[in-house]
Amino acid sequence: MSNLIALQNDSANIVQDEWTLINLPAAQVEVRKQAGKIVLFKLTGEQSVTEEQIKNTVIPEKGKIIVPLRVFIARNQELAQKLAEGEVGVWLATHELLEDLTTNIADINSLPIIAIFVERFADGRIFSLGTLLRKRYHFKNELRAFGDVLRDQLFFLKRSGFNSFLIRHDRSALDAIAGLKDFSTPYQGAIDDPRPAFKRYNRGT
Amino acid sequence: MYKYDEIDQQIVDERVAQYRDQVRRYLAGELSEDEFRPLRLQNGLYIQRHAPMLRIAVPYGMLSSKQLRKLGDIAKKYDKGYGHFSTRQNLQLNWPKLEDTPDILAELATVQMHAIQTSGNCIRNITTDQFVGIAPDEVIDPRAIAEIMRQWSTFHPEFALLPRKFKIAVSGTAEDRAIVQAHDIGMEFYRDNNQQIAVRVWVGGGLGRTPILGTVIREHLEWQHALTYCEAIIRVYNLHGRRDNAYKARIKILVKALGIDEFRKQVEAEWLHLKDSPNTIAETELARVAQHFEPMPYETLPAHDSNFDAMVASNPAFSAWVKRNVHPHKTAGYRAVTLSLKPHGKAPGDITSEQMHVVADLAAQYSFGELRASHEQNLILADVKLSDLFAVWEKARAAGLATPNIGLLTDIICCPGGDFCSLANAKSIPIAEAIQLQFDNLDYLHDIGDLELNISGCMNACGHHHVGHIGILGVDKDGSEWYQVTIGGKQGNDASIGSVIGPAFSAEEMPGVVQKLIDVYIEARTEEERFIDTVRRIGVAPFKQHVYADKNQAKEGAAA
Ligand code: HEM
Ligand code: SF4
Repeated sequence: MSNLIALQNDSANIVQDEWTLINLPAAQVEVRKQAGKIVLFKLTGEQSVTEEQIKNTVIPEKGKIIVPLRVFIARNQELAQKLAEGEVGVWLATHELLEDLTTNIADINSLPIIAIFVERFADGRIFSLGTLLRKRYHFKNELRAFGDVLRDQLFFLKRSGFNSFLIRHDRSALDAIAGLKDFSTPYQGAIDDPRPAFKRYNRGT
Repeated sequence: MYKYDEIDQQIVDERVAQYRDQVRRYLAGELSEDEFRPLRLQNGLYIQRHAPMLRIAVPYGMLSSKQLRKLGDIAKKYDKGYGHFSTRQNLQLNWPKLEDTPDILAELATVQMHAIQTSGNCIRNITTDQFVGIAPDEVIDPRAIAEIMRQWSTFHPEFALLPRKFKIAVSGTAEDRAIVQAHDIGMEFYRDNNQQIAVRVWVGGGLGRTPILGTVIREHLEWQHALTYCEAIIRVYNLHGRRDNAYKARIKILVKALGIDEFRKQVEAEWLHLKDSPNTIAETELARVAQHFEPMPYETLPAHDSNFDAMVASNPAFSAWVKRNVHPHKTAGYRAVTLSLKPHGKAPGDITSEQMHVVADLAAQYSFGELRASHEQNLILADVKLSDLFAVWEKARAAGLATPNIGLLTDIICCPGGDFCSLANAKSIPIAEAIQLQFDNLDYLHDIGDLELNISGCMNACGHHHVGHIGILGVDKDGSEWYQVTIGGKQGNDASIGSVIGPAFSAEEMPGVVQKLIDVYIEARTEEERFIDTVRRIGVAPFKQHVYADKNQAKEGAAA
């Protein structure tokens, strides 16, 4: 069964995924440690993809695909035709820079989907990235979260502009869907409703 | 104080339901330990040495009698009949059961309280000066903005999982009492040349492992922009703060790494986009919230009360209490009272359920039903009539809440330390108790005068030892407990971080070490000088020399 939740007009449903996620081929990664502990997060802006990986990424001829940001940038010629046909989306990880996407594309809305990979639940950069894509860069199409995506982030992801959520494979999307409704009247303005409570309601004077 | 409307109430009620379900999923094995941790932390629940520890939010330190009674009842029903006021103006329960915590939150919700964002990597409870609204040196009462900021930061979606915890302090007085310079963001309210409310914004302060005082990022911010400017700061931090190393993850490290000029540039660039966005505070909203903080319905009273003066003159114990525990008030005929949670020989900040009821009754009878918690871990009745002070004193004294030691050496700020906290290197409460017993003579204590002594059980600095005039830090040497001593730290407008005097001491040595520091001060002080002034004038060397004199002699003796 699909583990993808899509939001449409405020109703959330589990839907089939029409997109194929293109992964980078595995690379030799050395384990980084600090004070004896394994480093779990990559720094913002850190280069984590090798030329080798970009070159060796297999791009299928047919079907709708979501390609890694670095591949999208480096191999844009190859992807141009598919992009024009609306069959290319882009994904980036939370440590990658949005500017690398926005400066390498004429019209961000030529992408039917942007997906953001969150490696660890506790990485809240994803919320700022979603907010910026919607507000600063006016992205209007599907914005998806995938990776360590669990029920208790969904409410925040929704408020930060995400409208599709690929729940981690070992968890139930059916259960997670409830998380979208955790709170009915949040205080502050965000992407889903820019007005704070004091502008949405008459709270008296 | 602020009273919930349906929107506020609905949010805390929904939080209880959400948390109840999270606990259920955890106990059913549907959430792993790692996944449950950030969820329970955002609800103030730590897992500690003996049991979970639940931290209950007291927004900017304000409590009603009704709320304190409820806290007392909760401590009795779900814990061992006492609670602990922390240096962040919150209340901690040390022994609740995990399974009970959803019920505790449900009970709190009935009195408009919660444990939201009292820990975890989010915007924490916002703190301020305990004399807010009544201090004679107050320029602006920042509570309305603090409440607006509380609402804005509650479940802020973009800032739900920051690199590290984020603490904001607000203050509106001439003399800072909220330590704005030791917070991730400090908002200092003042009136600008046009008599408008403005904010001086400090950023990048914090104690912990790397103590750093904040820097001014903006001299002048119009109050309407308080939220959007904080959003700009926190967005830059959320994106660029380090997440690879928890010890380098606070905003202070980012500000230091970039330099304040570059950091400011990035924040201002971000703010250009956010300025005037819908989270800009509307006049009407400020007015709505400010109504909850209007001055109390004070009586018109003379500045003096002859009965009071007579009692002070004739009763030395009362007079000592008035001298230390009673503070000036904006309004003639009124005073603020600090109820000491620092009786000698007890854990600083601890209060029993019975005492909570006594304090709640005192507040109801003598102080408009409200009280405050201070970051020095005491409770304050802010609006007591001069003519009522004697009655308040007698009742407080009967309940063990009138130790006349506010601002004195035994008004120790102390973290829970090794008795409760699993991060501790060393115990801190027994050290506090031993020092209090060493200085149990009140006349002597008053003669020593103003002195802040702070104790932390490890470098996380929950006891603010860096800014104590005398700071004590628990350190671990080969698995045993030792204490490092600093002097010359200070909070306030001229804040400073203390200097280490030398090698660490054992627990048994500590009361003697403090005694020696005091001896040097008494010897060297001029008429007007407080301990901190003497340290600043003569430096660390004379203190060091005296404290280590015996040790050095012993060494020489052994060598000879
Ligand atoms: C017993 C459970 C506690 C644990 C596990 C704990 C843990 C910590 C940790 C890890 C830090 C350092 C965070 C950092 O610098 O990034 C910290 C800081 C702090 N804690 Fe606690 N703490 C506990 C109890 C308390 C209590 C009871 C108080 C109040 C009396 C308190 C007040 C503070 C304060 C004020 C800081 C801030 C220092 C700063 O500005 O960096 N903590 N705590
Ligand atoms: S300073 Fe250390 S020992 Fe004390 S409460 Fe904080 S973490 Fe625990």
